Amino acid sequence: MTAALDHAPEAEAAALEPLPVRIRDAVRTGNLGSWPVLTALLLVVLFFGITAQNFFTPANFTNIITTMAGPTLIAYGVVFVLLIGEIDLSVAFVSGVAGVVVAEAQLPTGAHLPWFVCILLALVATTAIGVAQGSIVALVGVPSFVVTLAGYEIWSGVILRSITQGVIVIQDNKINDFSNYLFGDTAGWIMATIVSVSYVGGMLWSAASGRRHGIRIHDPLLFWLKVCVVPVVSFLTVWILNKDRGVPLALLLMVGALVVWTFVAKRTTFGRHVYAVGGSAEAARRAGINVARVRIMVFAIAGGMAGLGGIVLAARLNSVDLNAGGGTLLIDVIAAAVIGGTSLFGGRGEIRNALIGAALIYTIESGMYIKGWTTGVIFMVTGLILLLAVTFDTVVRRVQVRAGR
Amino acid sequence: MSAAPPPLLELTGVFKSFGSVQALTDVDFEVRAGEVMALVGDNGAGKSTLIKCVAGIHPMDDGEMLFDGRQVTIHSPKEAANLGIEVVYQDLALCDNLDVVQNMYLGREARNWFQVLREPPMEARTRETLASLRVTTIKSIRQTVATLSGGQRQSVAVARAVMWNSRLVILDEPTAALGVAQTEQVLQLVRRLGEQGLGVVIISHNLHDVFETATRITVLRLGRNVGVYEKASTTQQQIVEAITAGEPTKVSGIPSAHGAAQ
Repeated sequence: MTAALDHAPEAEAAALEPLPVRIRDAVRTGNLGSWPVLTALLLVVLFFGITAQNFFTPANFTNIITTMAGPTLIAYGVVFVLLIGEIDLSVAFVSGVAGVVVAEAQLPTGAHLPWFVCILLALVATTAIGVAQGSIVALVGVPSFVVTLAGYEIWSGVILRSITQGVIVIQDNKINDFSNYLFGDTAGWIMATIVSVSYVGGMLWSAASGRRHGIRIHDPLLFWLKVCVVPVVSFLTVWILNKDRGVPLALLLMVGALVVWTFVAKRTTFGRHVYAVGGSAEAARRAGINVARVRIMVFAIAGGMAGLGGIVLAARLNSVDLNAGGGTLLIDVIAAAVIGGTSLFGGRGEIRNALIGAALIYTIESGMYIKGWTTGVIFMVTGLILLLAVTFDTVVRRVQVRAGR
Repeated sequence: MSAAPPPLLELTGVFKSFGSVQALTDVDFEVRAGEVMALVGDNGAGKSTLIKCVAGIHPMDDGEMLFDGRQVTIHSPKEAANLGIEVVYQDLALCDNLDVVQNMYLGREARNWFQVLREPPMEARTRETLASLRVTTIKSIRQTVATLSGGQRQSVAVARAVMWNSRLVILDEPTAALGVAQTEQVLQLVRRLGEQGLGVVIISHNLHDVFETATRITVLRLGRNVGVYEKASTTQQQIVEAITAGEPTKVSGIPSAHGAAQ
């Protein structure tokens, strides 16, 4: 603007409504964030903690974390795909492919490559798969549902063809450490400290830089709540895990990936463009965003994260067999993203939804196994929760549109 | 007469056809800085085609384009934006799920070398821009566009167009989907753009809007010039006649284009 400004940049009127009014507004406009799922998680933990023996124990906590690590890593990628309004049905078997690549590459009687080369190979392969599938979606215009459904068939076929002997045992313990390694007590405390300090520091720093530009903290209550909650949760987690055998490397991977991808989604131009493409691809195109490039990169992320998750899953079993990537894995990872609050319609969601959703699914699963319920019941319950989450999302969308006018 | 600066945008002898359909035939058009030029005509008169030629969406088959008195050719929307030409499309082109700041900077985010967004300057600049256009009804610039009314959304779209040191803002049917009060809000905004020294082109079917905002009115009919009218000395009746039954003219249609009228 060349025109003279007769208004100095003044801070936004900080006339915040009182808390009850804001809660009512949030409910009315469907702007609830992660609260419904977190509440559900709390209720589930309470329910099983009271009714099931051996549920509320440090050992089971470790168990849930190592079980959910692989699926959660895959689900992070699924969140990105859902954010641009697409779907990736191939992630589960792509993760199986990563397991097969790692297992084949480390075979002492075969390639016998060092562990990091095996990991790298698997990640490169799955990312390439993502790029290929994404290119067909973005450049040719085939619906992602069909492309990745084809991928689902193709990669499950590849796994069946590759494991002729039925199972490949991973003998390289460095690879198995991806799921099974446990840090000592001190290392755990150090990690909790690093996470807390960097989170609180980052929050305060960004608040300070906002103040320099005349921007006040939008909601002081929420701000200080966040600043307090993250250190409390991280120290509590480490404390419980140290009561068992220590912090698993799998947890570090989950948290590390969460931080990295949240940063990418929320603080980079690429992330902004991901949300824009999900909101309105046409608007993004007119704004000069290379929509095809964004789509391909998103599918590449989904492929790469499926690969990382697949490595953790293979490491957990110390082997890869014909079931790699099969079973309920696909449903679990997509459900995790959706139950966590990521919209299937694109443009709405957070990376942490995958973590929260996976925590809910695998906590319920663990509780039901401990109570001795059968797999059939577990499937039914998971299905019902998924239905509930998607219905909720649909209603929220309608409410938001109505509240907008 | 010769002391007058050249018009901001001057098109002469524009031809454009799509296959066998001749969309524009020998059309002249000009906009001066600081004026609101209305572009009116019936459906199929060639308004949108003409604008798309200016915006770099369609290449012209033939014709000359002067911007600021210099001859230019525009091949893409990006080149148009680089010259300072911004188009606000009828269907807005905002992302509902993003907030006001994010929409204002969509595709042109402030960032550092690592492609990391720099939110505070974006937020501050958005607030300045909206304040300078006296867009005061938006409660928070951090609310998503989905929660805004139609008039507020249109205001955001217009504000986005003027934020980038733009010199010429083209509005395609800016009030088509709005209620009475919101229409008034947007029309005020359009007038203000002209007062701030920008060249403004407003395409509209609604003659009320045109007479509320425009300083001059260009009428097209069947892809040809009918004439350019000073609003002050024209009635709506005359414009309606020109739109529906106007005789195609050439050259005389641009009374002020002293250089072009050889």
